Amino acid sequence: MRRVVITGQGTINALGHDIATTLEAFREGRCGIGDLELRDVDRLSVKIGGQVKGYDPEALFNRQQIALYDRFTQFTLIATKQALDGCGLDFSGALATRTGVVFGTAGGGVNTWDENYRSVYEEGKNRVHPFVVPKLMNNAAASHVSMEYNLKGPSFSVATACASSNHAMGQAFNLIRCGMADVMVTGGSEAMLSFGGVKAWEGLRVMSKDACRPFSANRNGMVQGEGAAVFLFEEYDHARARGAEILAEVVGFAMTSDAADIVMPSQQGAARAITGALTDGNLNPEDVCYINAHGTGTAANDKVECAAVAHAFGHHADDLMISSTKSMHGHLIGGTGAVELLACIMALKDGIVAPTIGYEEPDPECALDVVPNVAREAKVDACLSNAFAFGGLNAVLALRSAP
Amino acid sequence: MGESVQDRIIAIIAEQAVLEPSDVSMDQTLDDLGIDSLGLVESIFAIEEAFDIQVPFNANEPQASDFDISSVAAIVKAVEGLVAEQKG
Repeated sequence: MRRVVITGQGTINALGHDIATTLEAFREGRCGIGDLELRDVDRLSVKIGGQVKGYDPEALFNRQQIALYDRFTQFTLIATKQALDGCGLDFSGALATRTGVVFGTAGGGVNTWDENYRSVYEEGKNRVHPFVVPKLMNNAAASHVSMEYNLKGPSFSVATACASSNHAMGQAFNLIRCGMADVMVTGGSEAMLSFGGVKAWEGLRVMSKDACRPFSANRNGMVQGEGAAVFLFEEYDHARARGAEILAEVVGFAMTSDAADIVMPSQQGAARAITGALTDGNLNPEDVCYINAHGTGTAANDKVECAAVAHAFGHHADDLMISSTKSMHGHLIGGTGAVELLACIMALKDGIVAPTIGYEEPDPECALDVVPNVAREAKVDACLSNAFAFGGLNAVLALRSAP
Repeated sequence: MGESVQDRIIAIIAEQAVLEPSDVSMDQTLDDLGIDSLGLVESIFAIEEAFDIQVPFNANEPQASDFDISSVAAIVKAVEGLVAEQKG
């Protein structure tokens, strides 16, 4: 079986506009969640989020590009540039058709929907910009990356709510593993912090108004974030032959469906995905030192996730670390698994486990080592990244340190 | 003024539970009526719309809220309070 390694990464999110700043925030346990700056914020009851601040699209893109690039596409292109610049791959020749793009996003061009609904419904306009459709479509980010870098292999977008990025990266992994591609640009992006995007989440009554405190007994809900992370997945021999720096190896992936409830998570569905990723990655439970949790900070997710981990790992659940970086960057919805994979790679490569910040009170229903508040040094040889979506669609990735 | 707060709330809860209003009694809990967490969130939305009030409720900590949902009677009382407070 062909092996798959990660040879590039890039990001923009509430913690930073690049990898170095984001990893520094992970190490320092810095919180990127703050007051939302958006139109009509006074009409929202939830006024906080992990928003990308200090961001000026006009400094990075020209007017024609901005007419076509929704914020989620902009984030994707920024993260992709970091992942691919200087990667040493030449996509002008035969490699182009062996390289594809798979990105996760739940909402796609939410800001574009929002702005144009305002224009026709609120302002009563009868015309919209001609590029509204190509700007808002979920596959816009994948398509623009394919065009920007001449990537002509299998490319598509994946939308499975909060598991979108993990499902996307799982597809990229398997496309390389089964020989349909040699290189994949993958990850995910979300830009849902618009008035309508936050208002919709508000309605569900699961949002916190003050902080995201995963696993803490006094947690009171999730906090939305935004941004993107993009990775270069590459067939191992291909990477080795060109002497590429290998950040980590992707060894396993599993996805399951709860077939139960549209919002409530299922312990069985989550546990099956975790066990499936271990089996697919040829890992024993004891091999896993760290899990980047889905850890949304809702009452329901965190206890179900801990129970699923306890069930899947048995006694070893007490020996591993599990942290939720959503406490720092917020929940990027369809982009979240991608940003969270950065913490997995940091654990494997740098031996530093990102903490769960905002942790204030132990919860007996979340009685695992959640790496409270302070990052920890540890030798991590293998780790998992969990994502459990609304609709009961679960996707877990298994990674090992670079071979 | 028409229907009382109590009648309107019973109508909202009955609709959520797919029952006739006459089948809903004041001492029942939402659980008794077969209303789950999603049904509760929908009922609160319907109450907010019907009375034009804000109901302080977070599904992550239903007990922490001042809004008592322990029975139909408790909900009626809580809504009466909110109406007086927010519309008074």
